[in-house]
Amino acid sequence: MQKLLILSGKGGTGKTTIASSFVKLSEDKVFADCDVDAPNLHLVIDDLSKSITKDYYGMDKSYIHSDICISCGKCFDNCRFDAIVKKEDSYKIDTYSCEGCGVCELVCPVNAAKLQPDIAGRLDLYTEDKVFSTAELKMGSGTSGKLVTKVKERLNMPITRGKLAIIDGSPGIGCPVIASITGVDMVLVVAEPSISGITDMKRIVETSYKFGIKTAICINKYDVNIDKSQEIEYFCKNNEIPMIGKLPFDRNAIKAINIGKTIVDIDCEIGEKVKDVFNQAIKILNT
Amino acid sequence: MNIAVLSGKGGTGKTFISVNLSEVAGNSTYIDCDVEEPNGHLFFKPTNITRNSIYVNIPEVDNNICTGCKKCVGFCKFNALAYTNKVLVFEDVCHSCGGCSIICPANAITEKKKEIGIVEKGISNNVSVISGIMNIGEVSGVPIIKESLKYIDNNNYNIIDCPPGSSCIVMDSIKDADYCILVAEPTIFGSHNLNMVYDLVKLFNKPHGVVLNKYTDKNNPIEEFCNEKNINILEKIYFDKSIGNLNSNGEIVSRVNDKYKELFSSLLEKVTKEVWHAEITNP
Repeated sequence: MQKLLILSGKGGTGKTTIASSFVKLSEDKVFADCDVDAPNLHLVIDDLSKSITKDYYGMDKSYIHSDICISCGKCFDNCRFDAIVKKEDSYKIDTYSCEGCGVCELVCPVNAAKLQPDIAGRLDLYTEDKVFSTAELKMGSGTSGKLVTKVKERLNMPITRGKLAIIDGSPGIGCPVIASITGVDMVLVVAEPSISGITDMKRIVETSYKFGIKTAICINKYDVNIDKSQEIEYFCKNNEIPMIGKLPFDRNAIKAINIGKTIVDIDCEIGEKVKDVFNQAIKILNT
Repeated sequence: MNIAVLSGKGGTGKTFISVNLSEVAGNSTYIDCDVEEPNGHLFFKPTNITRNSIYVNIPEVDNNICTGCKKCVGFCKFNALAYTNKVLVFEDVCHSCGGCSIICPANAITEKKKEIGIVEKGISNNVSVISGIMNIGEVSGVPIIKESLKYIDNNNYNIIDCPPGSSCIVMDSIKDADYCILVAEPTIFGSHNLNMVYDLVKLFNKPHGVVLNKYTDKNNPIEEFCNEKNINILEKIYFDKSIGNLNSNGEIVSRVNDKYKELFSSLLEKVTKEVWHAEITNP
């Protein structure tokens, strides 16, 4: 199965808007939402069946058993993440800061600090009719990269059929994005014609190049700033990156999303244009 | 006074609002904690720039001393160490906990510094502009955020432009905040994302209010959400193509447009009053 990943370097550029319409246009209806911090794809995909839900365990987190603790402070002195909090004469774990490294367990002379499993989120897999893998990270959890990997793994389950999977990526360039990129066949970068949009696009293209993956760019809301759009086109030309479409700013896009539809479900200019972007992306994917 | 600007997701206008608030606050410090994609400096175009490298400690193994016991490999929860006839260190996944050097019975592991990014400081009119910038391919920007927040000036306004989302990195950014401004855009994506940061500020018990960005009068899911949950709406910034243009060209709107100068000054005033109020009722 080939995997097409949609990325942007940053949120708000229209990744989910484009990914959801790609899902509609693709015959296979196999897709995933790797934006585990704030997944949105399910909001615009209708008639989803009931999902198979599973708890996601992140890194273990430490716990200090106060009845054993002798308040020697060794855990406090050795924790690099400020996760040990001193309260009067005893020590506690700030679970939000704890990275589960196990140093406190290692240095505790009386075995009062112990790593314990920690539920860090939830995985959902929809398998009837459509195959959709998604997840939500519990607030404040930090292992989103690992969860992204799980979301993608679930696409490979025997129940999955089809040749093409569409993956809505996570924003940024950090570990969840790197987890999103690993093992995909192509990255489509959605760029926004603004000074910040261009900086973000360059950072994500660089990341994708590090992985040696086929990369194409499309511009969303290109007519908001024609000059900046041209700048993106020059960038593509100079770096020999295929530029596969310019989508206009179209209020119908917001309208569609707010009634829980994708932009190809309603009759609008951007919906028509996105079909072309999809076809071109598939062409590149297959060459 | 420390004001953190958050949103459930990127692209809602966090940087737009943070930059303009810092601008109208006059003597202020703008701190860009979105270390993966810092953009505030593109608007401020700061001068007199100084740069500080940010380092973390990563293990260095002396293979002449190493006995090959593999205790370090067994200990590392991040799989940053492996052993094939000698210990290999995968720097990119190391979380710098230091456990391997503690556990090594032969004292073969020491630590060396590795640069993970920089903090840039510059000045733009009266605004001190602090930007944390993480190197591409690093695991965590938290040490860069912590360093950036050291520039908080307790005598002035500090505007903290947070990373998107509600993950651990955002928590670090809002720890010191006296007030949290939640920025939301009027879509169902927006209200879903707002709900996530709303839970976060409630958890930390921070005074908070919402700014509706790209506002349109027509059925606004966010406004309904705020009314339902009784969240204070601080300001509505109407969708305006001219802002889009100024903003996409890297201009600071309140520097060039009086209407927005007034709007952001009034927003700052409202937030300031809210903080005073919170301090009086909840000292």
